[in-house]
Amino acid sequence: MSLTRSGDLHPRDTPVPGAPPIQLIELNKHFGELHVLKGIDLTIEKGEVVCVIGPSGSGKSTLLRSVNLLEHPSSGQILIEGIDILDPDVNLDKIRTRIGMVFQSFNLFPHMTVLRNVTVAQEKVLHRSSQQARQVARAMLERVGLSDKADAHPSQLSGGQQQRVAIARSLAMNPDMMLFDEPTSALDPELVGEVLEVMRSLAAEGMTMMVVTHEMGFAREVGKRVIFMDDGQIVEEGLPSDVLGNPQQPRTQAFLSKVL
Amino acid sequence: MSLSGLRPTVRRRISNVSSYVIFAAIIVVVAVQADWQLIGKNFFNMSVAQLLWPGILRAAFNTIWYTAVSFVIGLVLAVVFALMKMSRGPFRVFAVAYIELFRGMPALLTIMLMAFAVPMAFKVRFPGGSIGAGLIALVLVTSAYAAEIVRAGIQAVPKGQHEAARSLGMSQMRTTLTVILPQAFRIVIPPLTNEFVTLLKDTSLLYIAGVTVFSKELTTFGRTNASSNANSTPYIVVAVFYLIITIPLTYLVARLEKRLAVKK
Repeated sequence: MSLTRSGDLHPRDTPVPGAPPIQLIELNKHFGELHVLKGIDLTIEKGEVVCVIGPSGSGKSTLLRSVNLLEHPSSGQILIEGIDILDPDVNLDKIRTRIGMVFQSFNLFPHMTVLRNVTVAQEKVLHRSSQQARQVARAMLERVGLSDKADAHPSQLSGGQQQRVAIARSLAMNPDMMLFDEPTSALDPELVGEVLEVMRSLAAEGMTMMVVTHEMGFAREVGKRVIFMDDGQIVEEGLPSDVLGNPQQPRTQAFLSKVL
Repeated sequence: MSLSGLRPTVRRRISNVSSYVIFAAIIVVVAVQADWQLIGKNFFNMSVAQLLWPGILRAAFNTIWYTAVSFVIGLVLAVVFALMKMSRGPFRVFAVAYIELFRGMPALLTIMLMAFAVPMAFKVRFPGGSIGAGLIALVLVTSAYAAEIVRAGIQAVPKGQHEAARSLGMSQMRTTLTVILPQAFRIVIPPLTNEFVTLLKDTSLLYIAGVTVFSKELTTFGRTNASSNANSTPYIVVAVFYLIITIPLTYLVARLEKRLAVKK
């Protein structure tokens, strides 16, 4: 590890060598009467880019948000790099630093500058020095093409710029994997491209990514695997060319005929 | 030609002008009716006003000092109680009881309890004597009110802010301190200003605890001087002093709000 994560890791919180980044086993989620996730099994290998598609209300966002426990599943197991994060003794905050998360609504901290947005968690969570954090932040901002916006406040940026800052903020933590929850759905059409471009380059560098998206073009081009969800279940999965180009299940066909 | 036949701009101007005329007429009627000599002697008596100087400075200082101390301590407690009320378990129950109790009782009654009943019942003496006890009462009352304001502010911060912070590995406490409270504070500046002004005026209730010449705040100072001079001028002077404190404050807060809003 080039950049230290200071603070000793308890063996319990240490990644198991060779374990897949994300492994979901028999995951169920109920919202009251509503059965949102119906026994999902899913393993994502290192460096894999998995795009999750499906109609709204199919449970795809809930599935994604379960991976870093923003949603607590009703039953099942979630293994992150081999660690069972539902074990109450696991240091979830430590695990979460290794899982980058990008939201539909960006969720930048509006009371902080762009630079501060990217340094604050490095300093407060990873305990990097402010100098080191700034250095990392500037590198990440440059990477998403926003070096010149370091001193701006989020409200002064376009949606596409805000989302790129949000990606930089996640990357600054040196995550082992990234979760994207409809990252371009809140953007004006002409701003979608710049965000997808950043995600594309991330994928090319071998980042493990799980992406809930409506961008079929992105899924087809960048995804190594596409998962079609409907009614809380994985209906069909496979290579993008197969799932998107030659869907086998009627529900997949019906969905794709509406969006393509 | 009927009024409705006129153009809207003309109609609006006629309505504005006639409102001013009516207000002016009311003022003139009242002014003519009033006994100005009596009013001048009783409310704007310069020789009485001169007697208030410089004692009133001490009283004004006391008012500001009492307000500042109880507001700052009360606000800190308010944040604690707000967080407690939003938690689960025994802390929540305690916070709810505390807030309901001190928000529901009249401030005057709370001051009396702290100044007389509690010291007697528990054989304690609060630091600062009766004023100290009264100030503790004001802290209790203010923190109960402000706790609800702060809680509303915290809940007004979008949920995504919390999620983003937790996703970055921040603990619950770290998230609250770094992400939630700074934003909540901006949201509650206007209602907190209200609370501050209310508190400023509530310091006038401290008299019930018993005050000395040196610990008098503005209202008590005015009342003593009004009765000793058998003249109402001290009330007017004191009123002016309250306004001298509150109006610039309101202005400053409005500016602060604007500055923070731009950065947002």
